[in-house]
Amino acid sequence: MRERLLEIESVTMKFGGVTAIDALSFAIARGEIYGLIGPNGAGKTTIFNIITGNYRPTSGRVLFRGEDISGIKASEAVHRGIARTFQNIRLFKSMSVLENILIGLHEQTKYSYIEAILRLPRYFSYEKMMREKAMEILEEFAIAGFAHSNASALSYGNQRKVEIARALATNPTLLMLDEPAAGMNPIETEELSRIIRKIKEDYDLTILLIEHDMKFVNAICDRVTVLDYGEKIFDGSPADAVVDEKVISAYLGEFRNA
Amino acid sequence: MKGTVFKTIAILSTLLFIYLCDRFLDSYTLSIMNNIGIFAILALSYNLINGVTGQFSLEPNGFVAIGAYVTALFLIPADIKSDMFALVDPAETVLAMHAPFLPAIVAGGIASMFIALLLSFPVFRVRGDYLAIVTLGFGFIIRIFAINNPAYTNGAMGLNDIPDNADFLWIGSIALITFVVMLHIVYSRYGRAMKAVRDDEDAAIAMGIDTFKIKTTAFATSAFFEGLGGGLLASFLTTISPDQFTFMLTFQLLIIIVLGGLGSMSGTLLSTVLVMGSMEWLRFLDDDMVIFAMHTGAHPGMRMVVFSILLIVMMLFARRGLFGDREIMDIIGEKLGKRSGR
Repeated sequence: MRERLLEIESVTMKFGGVTAIDALSFAIARGEIYGLIGPNGAGKTTIFNIITGNYRPTSGRVLFRGEDISGIKASEAVHRGIARTFQNIRLFKSMSVLENILIGLHEQTKYSYIEAILRLPRYFSYEKMMREKAMEILEEFAIAGFAHSNASALSYGNQRKVEIARALATNPTLLMLDEPAAGMNPIETEELSRIIRKIKEDYDLTILLIEHDMKFVNAICDRVTVLDYGEKIFDGSPADAVVDEKVISAYLGEFRNA
Repeated sequence: MKGTVFKTIAILSTLLFIYLCDRFLDSYTLSIMNNIGIFAILALSYNLINGVTGQFSLEPNGFVAIGAYVTALFLIPADIKSDMFALVDPAETVLAMHAPFLPAIVAGGIASMFIALLLSFPVFRVRGDYLAIVTLGFGFIIRIFAINNPAYTNGAMGLNDIPDNADFLWIGSIALITFVVMLHIVYSRYGRAMKAVRDDEDAAIAMGIDTFKIKTTAFATSAFFEGLGGGLLASFLTTISPDQFTFMLTFQLLIIIVLGGLGSMSGTLLSTVLVMGSMEWLRFLDDDMVIFAMHTGAHPGMRMVVFSILLIVMMLFARRGLFGDREIMDIIGEKLGKRSGR
């Protein structure tokens, strides 16, 4: 097996008396596109929040590159190379698309407060460099034309792209996408899966995504984990998931009806 | 580069304007302009924490008071202090404090900034309205401290005979510096991070931004300039007392920044001129007026009524303030169809 980038080791998360995640374990190899699926309330977003440091797991460990990262500060997780998007789009609404990407580049923009106030040379060189980098990322998503538009003025599909682009700007090793195709039409979804595969190659990423659209999952994911009420009920290729009896009885009926 | 040239020209011509005003205007007009300058410094820095960073804070009166007292104590010569302190003898440190004007006001700024850093540790660890509550209480504490420690502040009698070094050259230049510094902050990675914290704190954290550090930076910067403004105020008025630094001062600044647009530095500057100016320009309303040969009689306070109505009307038509959360340069740039991309 290839190098394990992320390992979830029997993680349990309890909120008061509710067990959201129950002794869950899975591992993601470097370079994989890994899907996390399951109906609403299965605990998918909770797992995201645990990996990104928003929640500290009640028990169990999260290992990233072999280091225990359970319960680290959320901003620290980003510095270590874990970036995420949100289920409901959370762009910085008062800012332009370009500025949104520049926020993602914040930590790589290495001039100090004093250098910014006094407008010393490093300010200019970094600002120029980061703007070019931001435009490059926007071009990857074919939304460079909107760079100076207000982020909230974009269409829903394009806002999703901006959010992924912004996460990509933080220079992650592991990119976590929470329902990237939600609310997109089939053509947009098709385009999105092409973009995700492309950025995976271009930026040497490992991708973990939550998704309900099984067609999208089938097209893009190497492996999936299926969750039901915080427990893992399947682990394997998406093609096998679709024919797995346990999964069918628990989920796919719901997907087909949906 | 075009922007830099334009900026240099703008700064130089403003300096020339300040010099000419100081040289040729009469003392009444100058005192209004001094007032506007000082309030511009206070409002601009207040807007950084409240508007740009979106942290609802009610701190200015406390920090202005600290700046004013520290500066005053540095400026007043020791023998005058011994004469002035009526209730108790001044403390040894108070007598030993002495500095020229510029170091004195900078010391006021640094003192405020230091207190702000101490406050930010408990306050920014949690989210919510704690900042507003803590800073509101802080303003009262500072005032009560000033009243009850006569060895340092001369109690409720306050300090007078403060050397009046703060002419319009000083106040105008420092207001200009404040404006430029604030814009430099806004158009930098720090300003963007502050706006990100305002727009969506969780998303900002997910971008790797240490929001505690960003909020503390904004708060301390605000405090520094409020302290500086306080020092200028002390020297401009030549007399200070605890009653000047009540919540009303904060309230007045709040009106200015909301009218100008939370997050807009140029809007704040314009609204400072409008608010502080109209307080003076509407003064004729308080006096006896003759309308169609009828005497209206003097109504002291009439200008405040009219002022309030004007304020309400303005807020009706510009609900997010004069310039919203944007700068005049960006609005003009967009109108011209230019993509500034700054």
